[in-house]
Amino acid sequence: MQYLVSVIDDKSEPGSTDRQPLISAFNERLIAEGYWVFAGGLADTTAATVIDNRGEQAVVSDGPFVESKEYLAGVWIWEAPDLDVALRLATEASKICDRKIEVRPFQ
Amino acid sequence: MSDVEEAITRAHHEEWGRVVAALTRRLGDLDLAEESAAEAFATAVERWPVDGVPPNPGAWLTTTAHRKAIDRIRRENKRDDKQKAARLMYGDEAPEPLGAIDDDRLRLIFTCCHPALALETRVALTLRMVGGLTVPEIAAAFLVREAAMEQRITRAKAKIKAARIPYRMPSADDLPARVSGVLAVLYLVFNEGYLTTGPDPAPVRHDLTAEAIRLARLVHALLPEDGEVTGLLALMLLTESRRAARVSAGGELVILNEQDRGAWDATLIAEGHRLVRERLVAAAAGAKPGRYQILAAINAVHTSARDVRETDWSQVVALYDQLVGLDPSPVIALNRAIAVAELDGPEVALATVDGLAARLTGYRPYHVTRADLLRRLGRSSESRKAYDKAIELAGNAAETSYLKRRRDQLR
Repeated sequence: MQYLVSVIDDKSEPGSTDRQPLISAFNERLIAEGYWVFAGGLADTTAATVIDNRGEQAVVSDGPFVESKEYLAGVWIWEAPDLDVALRLATEASKICDRKIEVRPFQ
Repeated sequence: MSDVEEAITRAHHEEWGRVVAALTRRLGDLDLAEESAAEAFATAVERWPVDGVPPNPGAWLTTTAHRKAIDRIRRENKRDDKQKAARLMYGDEAPEPLGAIDDDRLRLIFTCCHPALALETRVALTLRMVGGLTVPEIAAAFLVREAAMEQRITRAKAKIKAARIPYRMPSADDLPARVSGVLAVLYLVFNEGYLTTGPDPAPVRHDLTAEAIRLARLVHALLPEDGEVTGLLALMLLTESRRAARVSAGGELVILNEQDRGAWDATLIAEGHRLVRERLVAAAAGAKPGRYQILAAINAVHTSARDVRETDWSQVVALYDQLVGLDPSPVIALNRAIAVAELDGPEVALATVDGLAARLTGYRPYHVTRADLLRRLGRSSESRKAYDKAIELAGNAAETSYLKRRRDQLR
């Protein structure tokens, strides 16, 4: 089963910025243990553009689809046998990233 | 109630969780397990009055539920499900030994109490899947609309399926943390039964306390070495032992100090004391007691005394001191102050209680305790005000009627 693992940062209380080496080591481990499918960090929400082409004409707007204090800073996709395994990894990931982590299964 | 009806009721009480758990293990699907179990019980209601009660109702229900599950899967007619049906029919797993406590139900409890579910959802799901309580019963116990409770349970089952919450005992590493979640759920269920929070005419819901004790016994039988499991079971038994003395014939709550101790249940007390002693031996050997063990020990002191005067209050205060060390919550501090009042007098206790004002102003027992201490100090008008405040905060009808009488005695 695949899980989308979102790294959630907080604009008013951002996590520390020195985490890259630890995250790289954690990624190596995820790969070695067979959980790693994909991962990527995201640019700031100010770099986001939203397109709405449900109406007559496409509307392009500047900024993220939702304005909030908390925002998505990066994602992983993990392959894990069940939620307990994903939660155990996410518990470690939260410590390593110094950020909140959301675990959500793919359908 | 006829003998057959009684047999069905008893089977539902004793076998529901087992049947659902056994099916869940085979099917990996809570919904299907529950529906098939319900169908099996419906069939029992039809068949048993005609055919007689089977010699082993549990085995009959499990077999019938298995057949119902296979029928259902065949009707659904999907490839995956057909494989499931085949597994069910030709599964080489040995059937569960009946009568013995099996791990299936414990697995089901741990699944229902998974930390990925909200606490209130865990309580509802445990009562439904393991306890076999109906949705209207659970909704009534927790004062929510039936539709809302139904939705909560449905969502929880959907999450278990979609997020793939595993149906198994947690691993050894996770066990201590997960057991504590299960115990919290059982204690909530018990407390809701022991003094319902709403203005329900029945102040005590014996069905809920009995269910909580039954599940705690199950967890204890499977994890006999876990001190907190033993402690919680002892705590529940010792609390339950006082149930008959707790509400007067007129439907008024009777406080511990005024209860007729002759009406306490000696069998439950003996069992509770035995469990507490077991933990005292473990503590002497170096095991550190947790909150349930300490609360059980406090209740053991109360249930050892023939009357209030004989109660070893210094022991009670010492135990509360230990509890404060573990859990510095204002509620624990309040309960400690009640014992202090008996040991050092109401004035000393009142000083502590007044210090908790800011954090407990919306908490009914805070005002009840204050009213009682002020009454004992002869400060009647202040006491009246405190009773008024307590009565204002919604609570149980039996307690409200006790508080009103107490208030009206003051002049």
